[in-house]
Amino acid sequence: MKVLLAKPGLDGHDVGVKVLAHALKEAGHNVVYTGLRKSVEEIVRQATAEKPDVIGLSILSGTHQILCEKLQEEMQRLNISIPWIVGGNIPADDVEALRKTGTMEAFPTGTQIDTVVNYISNFKSQN
Amino acid sequence: METKTTVSKKEEIKKVYLESGLEVKPLYTFQDEYKILPGFKEELPGQYPFTRGIHPLMYRKRPFTIRQYAGFASPEETNERFNFLIKNGQNGLNVAFDLSTQCGLDSDDPRALGEVGRVGMAIDTLEDFEIAFNGIDLDKITVSLTINGSAIVLMAMYFALAEKRGYDLSSLRGTAQNDILKEFIGRGTWIFPVDKSVKLVVDTIEYCAKNVPKYSPVSVCGYHIRESGANPVQEMAYAFCIAKAYSDETMKRNIDIDEFASRLSFNFDIYGNLFEQIAKFRAGRRLWAKIMREEYQTKKEESCWMRMIAGGGGAGLTKEQPENNIVRSAYYALISALSGTQTMALCSYDEAFTIPTEKSAEIALRTMQIMINEMGVCDTVDPLGGSYYVETLTNEMEAAIKSEMAKVDALGGIIEGVATGRVQEAVSRQAYEREKAMQDGNILKVGVNCYKKEEEKRTVEFHPYNIEAANNQVKKLKKKRAERNNELVKQLLAIVKDDAEKNVNLMPSIIAAVKEYATVGEIIGVLKEVYGEYDEPIFF
Repeated sequence: MKVLLAKPGLDGHDVGVKVLAHALKEAGHNVVYTGLRKSVEEIVRQATAEKPDVIGLSILSGTHQILCEKLQEEMQRLNISIPWIVGGNIPADDVEALRKTGTMEAFPTGTQIDTVVNYISNFKSQN
Repeated sequence: METKTTVSKKEEIKKVYLESGLEVKPLYTFQDEYKILPGFKEELPGQYPFTRGIHPLMYRKRPFTIRQYAGFASPEETNERFNFLIKNGQNGLNVAFDLSTQCGLDSDDPRALGEVGRVGMAIDTLEDFEIAFNGIDLDKITVSLTINGSAIVLMAMYFALAEKRGYDLSSLRGTAQNDILKEFIGRGTWIFPVDKSVKLVVDTIEYCAKNVPKYSPVSVCGYHIRESGANPVQEMAYAFCIAKAYSDETMKRNIDIDEFASRLSFNFDIYGNLFEQIAKFRAGRRLWAKIMREEYQTKKEESCWMRMIAGGGGAGLTKEQPENNIVRSAYYALISALSGTQTMALCSYDEAFTIPTEKSAEIALRTMQIMINEMGVCDTVDPLGGSYYVETLTNEMEAAIKSEMAKVDALGGIIEGVATGRVQEAVSRQAYEREKAMQDGNILKVGVNCYKKEEEKRTVEFHPYNIEAANNQVKKLKKKRAERNNELVKQLLAIVKDDAEKNVNLMPSIIAAVKEYATVGEIIGVLKEVYGEYDEPIFF
């Protein structure tokens, strides 16, 4: 699996996303990480170039809803479709609304890294 | 002499290692302390090398300052929270800014969408500072600005505000976090390339040394480096390397070390093993004093002081069973007091989820007040001094921090190590190792990997995002832009740009610009034109 891990918005908390990057790599996946503070447009552009199987967004500042809506819009605008998941400081109550933006799954802080790695490893068979 | 004893299988005990890698023995005795440091002689607080504290009487004379981190939504709402905290006995402010302010963007910048006032208060112009600090006596309440990438602008605003309100800059106290090197390692609110970023920090140090001598222009943060995955030894080592780098760069401008060293301060993290943290701070104080005296030949005693704010421990708190965080924070407070901190801040128990409620902020405040008033921690200086274990560990930590600093030197120094991303790589690898250790149960966390509850009902109240405050902030900004003398602002911004090109100290021209209500985004914007932006090396 090729995974594009991305940090949209202004949030600079990258411990979690880097931990996940290490874990995915160790599980044999091909990981590309965008680095901090990318606009949704930049992420979609990079995704178009890299053609990942899945995009993982890491958002801890609380802006997940706004950014996922923007990602959905941008993908629709460019007529591309790459599944994405979100991790970060996401209250359980927000997950339903996130799904409506097209988010496949949300992993709030505190999720076991293995849970995310397994989800991604089994991604193709699931979808 | 080492003796080998044979123990029966039954008596074998598990080996214990601290996070820093040091092994802990089941018992420490008189011999341990003296074995490590031959010729060990008694140390006293207030005397070089200050292992036991920077002042002779420490809290017996005055307890540490309580300075809780606060700020959200607009300056108006933040002012209310400030007044609440002050009314309840807090004697310092620790100001939280939103991410747009931290990244040097105005509230109406498209990149700030959804971020205005979210994780801290939004500041666009000096008017916002005037509102936020309205009614607060800047002589009585010392203010700490948690700002880094755009620190030079926010500091300029603070000085402009103080001047406008009639305070004398020569006696103004306060602190700015303003440690950009750690932002590249953790936290991530960098803006400019590494060398230009350091140049701006040095501008503020130079300006303060000459004009605001009681102000602490930099609080070097081991804190965020630790939160990003570093162990306690690396936390201290990297912080000292950073403080040395700022000192070296400042001295290149022909400023004597004693003119600014006493105003450098530190911000450290507390979570994990109690004794390891206490030893870390005692060792750190001793080592920093030695570095300042032996390497930098400082003459003033204060130049050798490792002054610090210690507390927080955000990474130690959990989302699971959040009320347990109240207990954890109380332990962190105890560690901080036993470590001889100058200032303390604790995370509120709900901070792993949200902006603290008034209630949770009050509990954190009361935790410290209970400790000061009921527990006797202020009665005597360095109460753990002389403990065989703590003294031995202090010696071992000192040696470990020193050797970790040598590793950074081998990378070509901290500025080089950060610019190439090598330091970030080491820290992030360690965060991964720690996570694995947590998952494997080698590091235990109550409620997370032991004593778990299957179904947890959320008991924390969420702080809702105040979209109305964000919209009002944008309106206020637009109004100010229309009202101010725009011709003058344009000229002043041109001077800032010109000064940046000429590579002179930018503080005076930025102060002049903020006084006429130039915005954070405008000033950072002209600097970006000259300096460009940081190109993050991607390592993990």
